[in-house]
Amino acid sequence: MMNMKVNIAGVEWKNPVTVASGTFGSGAEFADYVDLNRLGAVTTKGVANIPWTGNPTPRVAETYGGMMNAVGLQNPGIDVFCERDIPFLRQYDTKIIVNVCGKSTEDYCEVAERLADEDVDMLEINISCPNVKEGGIAFGQNPKAAEDITKAVKKYAKQPVIMKLSPNVTSIAEMAKAVEAGGADAVSLINTITGMKIDINRKSFVLANKTGGVSGPAIHPIAVRMVYEAANAVNVPIIGMGGISAAEDAIEMILAGASAVSVGTANFHDPGVTMKIVDGIEEYMERQGFSSVDEMIGIVK
Amino acid sequence: MTSKKKENAQVISQEKITQDIYSMWIRTEAAAEAKPGQFISMYTNDGSKLLPRPISICEIDKENGCLRVVYRVTGKNTGTEEFSKLQAGDAIPVIGPLGNGFPIEKAVGKRAFLMGGGIGVPPILELAKQMKCEKKQIIAGYRNAETFLRDEFEQNGEVYISTEDGSIGTKGNVMDAIRENALEADIIYACGPTPMLRAIKAYAEENNIECYISLEERMACGIGACLACVCQSKEKDHHSNVHNKRICKDGPVFLSTEVEI
Repeated sequence: MMNMKVNIAGVEWKNPVTVASGTFGSGAEFADYVDLNRLGAVTTKGVANIPWTGNPTPRVAETYGGMMNAVGLQNPGIDVFCERDIPFLRQYDTKIIVNVCGKSTEDYCEVAERLADEDVDMLEINISCPNVKEGGIAFGQNPKAAEDITKAVKKYAKQPVIMKLSPNVTSIAEMAKAVEAGGADAVSLINTITGMKIDINRKSFVLANKTGGVSGPAIHPIAVRMVYEAANAVNVPIIGMGGISAAEDAIEMILAGASAVSVGTANFHDPGVTMKIVDGIEEYMERQGFSSVDEMIGIVK
Repeated sequence: MTSKKKENAQVISQEKITQDIYSMWIRTEAAAEAKPGQFISMYTNDGSKLLPRPISICEIDKENGCLRVVYRVTGKNTGTEEFSKLQAGDAIPVIGPLGNGFPIEKAVGKRAFLMGGGIGVPPILELAKQMKCEKKQIIAGYRNAETFLRDEFEQNGEVYISTEDGSIGTKGNVMDAIRENALEADIIYACGPTPMLRAIKAYAEENNIECYISLEERMACGIGACLACVCQSKEKDHHSNVHNKRICKDGPVFLSTEVEI
């Protein structure tokens, strides 16, 4: 029997597979397609202190081997989230990671404080959304700002804090070190890469927001490289994501140094893909003679 | 419970019915539960194209477990072009049926307009076939004389046609056809481009007519999770807790007074 368990900052997941925030709602819509009990964790859509309307449409576009989105973190606010989404997820035997978004340090701290007494397992702080004008990425592109927001959130959070990093930076290693210095318990990367698509017939932007975050298989090699660089820069565990659409992609991330992986855009291509990835990792371990996921983490140096 | 999955449907037939519109029958588990006004997500077999194409259901054959989709090929190297090249026996990955569908029972005893424009015409066919109402008036708007599905509409109600170039029926759009033929209704069902739906919504509200419109927007997940395909709602939406509704999950059919378009 393979040991699929991983320990992320003191929280034991039954396997290393979660979903990327924003691609899975709070799991309810996917529950018809996925046995949520078989996920290591569910990472929710970002939630803020108050409801956010998000950006105008079109919010998504397809790109070669990927897509772009500029949803703009539409969310129902923390009150509805706590009343509806946490009890829903608690019916399942999986860990709950709440993705937190905000426009100011106070916003993030307010949500972290509100969640402190809720039955959730980890917080993922989104300082890397490229699609909102204030907050979000403003904290994620400057090491000092990233360290400061981490410190601030840590004061209020009772659960382990995962800082979600942006790839839209000069040095991902420097950003990972900054949040580690700020007290981050784990880091997750990469968020989407800012892109643009132009409709040559309408002679305008495809997305109403002009720019959007590129995700999907097309960005996977960039994500693997960044996970590798971050893993070599910090001691906290890394949750790797970026274009994972099959077990092979997830295994690459783990060998590069990720302790767990998030599946995002691939959920849109096949809502049941996460189950195949969990099975595929286990099959690989058996084939390759690994008895635990831990043995695989970061062995490619 | 995991009761649903992406499924490999089987192509039964493929037919080109106008310059750029194709009709395809597929055998799929989605047929068992399908209702008029719902859609299916169709996936390409091309790994570079990840997102599903939401395609409305044109006809439902429950007995044989088949669905008909009538769709426009939107250009070269598009997903819809790939669909058009599929032949009987080929596999096509789908999920569905998705969305809410038209509230067909509301038409009982009423004079109804069933309005379709452009590539919004196909879902009106199954609606017309299943609808039981006092007076079934089908108003279909086309660009030109390529009035696809017209013969099938003729078998299911009174048919009025508009064409942009005036080659058949009323010159103009579906609203022009209503005026020219002095048609009246107690309930409206419509699918088509946003400007058409906007005009129908305004007409329905001026005349105090119950009106259901099927909206379209770029989608990603197709199942209500990603919040890509939202429309603005008049009241705060119960699920989103903001003035947005999800077209794929809460729609695609909305009561016209619920949404701002």
